[in-house]
Amino acid sequence: MLKIHNLSASYGSRKILHNISLDVQSGEVLALIGPNGAGKSTLVRAVSGVIPYTGQVRTNGDDFASLSPIQRAKYIATVPQAVSMPPAYTVWETVLLGRTPYLGFLGQVSEKDKEIARQSLQRVSAFPFADRRVGELSGGEQQRVLLARALCQSTPILLLDEPTAHLDLQYQVSLLELVTELAHKDNLAVLVALHDLNLAAHYADHIALMVAGNIKAMGKPKEVLHPQLIADAYCLPVQVVEHPFLDIPLVLPETRD
Amino acid sequence: MKSNSYLSSFLFLFIALLLSLAIGSVFISPKELWQVVLGHGTEISTSILWRIRLPRTVLIALTGAALGGSGATYQGLFRNPLADPFLIGIASGAGLGAVIAMSIQWPYSFWGLMAIPMAAFLAALLTVFIVYSLARIGQTIPTTNLILAGVAFSSFATSLTSFLMIRSTSEVRRALGWLLGGATQNNWTAILAMLPYLLIGIGVLLFNGHTLNLLQYGDDQAQQLGLNVARAKRILLIASSLTTASAVAFSGIIGFIGLIVPHLIRLWFGPDYKRLLPLSILGGATALLASDIIARILITPQEIPVGIITALAGAPFFLWVLRRSKNQRFW
Repeated sequence: MLKIHNLSASYGSRKILHNISLDVQSGEVLALIGPNGAGKSTLVRAVSGVIPYTGQVRTNGDDFASLSPIQRAKYIATVPQAVSMPPAYTVWETVLLGRTPYLGFLGQVSEKDKEIARQSLQRVSAFPFADRRVGELSGGEQQRVLLARALCQSTPILLLDEPTAHLDLQYQVSLLELVTELAHKDNLAVLVALHDLNLAAHYADHIALMVAGNIKAMGKPKEVLHPQLIADAYCLPVQVVEHPFLDIPLVLPETRD
Repeated sequence: MKSNSYLSSFLFLFIALLLSLAIGSVFISPKELWQVVLGHGTEISTSILWRIRLPRTVLIALTGAALGGSGATYQGLFRNPLADPFLIGIASGAGLGAVIAMSIQWPYSFWGLMAIPMAAFLAALLTVFIVYSLARIGQTIPTTNLILAGVAFSSFATSLTSFLMIRSTSEVRRALGWLLGGATQNNWTAILAMLPYLLIGIGVLLFNGHTLNLLQYGDDQAQQLGLNVARAKRILLIASSLTTASAVAFSGIIGFIGLIVPHLIRLWFGPDYKRLLPLSILGGATALLASDIIARILITPQEIPVGIITALAGAPFFLWVLRRSKNQRFW
């Protein structure tokens, strides 16, 4: 599980995150929602260890602050947006980089590493194009390659930063189905920053609503996707209706005039 | 593919080495070469080979290897296809360091000679720091900034170097030919003096292929995958500057080898630095040997500084890469 306690972070003198506390249980998907600039990506970056923070990020007992990058990478894998991938590497070369925390001094890859890379690629249905260059793939395929790379790290915690941005609807759905399966079947603790409120309602077990660097609400999708909460957070009047045949809320913006 | 690429690289290097030993004002045939190796050669070919051809060939090959290896590293480190020890000003900085050391005291002893690459190394490190700080905007280093800062610093360092030379003794002034990449210090002592720096620099680089692969994904992803980014970059900067300095200290400023060779190898064999680094080192040696042979035979009996040949081939290549890197991101 992932425990975030009293976490604050700043860019220069500007404070971006204010005393965030969140728990993500193993086996559940927690979606982070909130308007642009609320601090969703910053929270993901802080938890992944690439920007300094105060407060605690822990799993069961271990505090990550004392861990080196290589040790942290054995606990937490992060799936970034697919926009910044060097295009000339093959899918296979890219995915094998996920084994970095386990490699020897020279970076030699063992048979076990290759086997895990194969399994990860099969898990995201990307094995058939393992030899293609990443730059030749569609956005949806690239995102799956990044997910496979994260799976290669064999971590109990998975972070995703807006993984569905730039993807068509069918790829958004198939990616999030895969992510929920990883939480529910493989017992990963998944923290995912999402733009789309309805996808969050559909795929997350719990939702945390962030506004201006604070957690405004947290709970089941039905509790957080409350018309008044959403209207305040996004400065936009909304209607929340029930999905015609699934027991989930749908958020519809009202026209603003 | 993998063993193939190494095999062909070694083969080309071997051919270039043979040609470099054979060609010159006196042609030494492969048969004579073999006889000299066995100790049965004529006195003249033995003397030419051991005292002139072989040291020159070894120095040129080592210099090319250093330039190819450090060029590949700078390109990976700055994530920039146009980074080259010459273009980003590091070679000129190292040259200035070497000339400062020489003008303080002309090296008559071996230990004096050893001080030249050290001075070049310190100046190269200082140059990296200055160019990097000038080019950096926040967390990123835009391509144009890097090249502009490099060019600006390079002309500054070159002017200072010229100034020092004009003011100095005739011995230092003779180094002008050296600075143009003439490899005039072709004797065994120079090779011995550069070797420790070169071996340490290239040795460290060869250990860092995986690290350079990770850095291609940006600092965030590299760290999320388990790399201590700040430390890795420091190590790579020091090792590549050491490698560049060892080349510049005794062969002068030779441009474009560090740009062309890694670039072509990336085109042919892909971007994996675990392969790209050793192949760039082998290819750098081969390419500089070839340039040196051309420099020797183009207007015999006169010799052209090899830096002129590499620049003649390299400048158009630079423009081609510049255009290409704008059209696509497949470097």
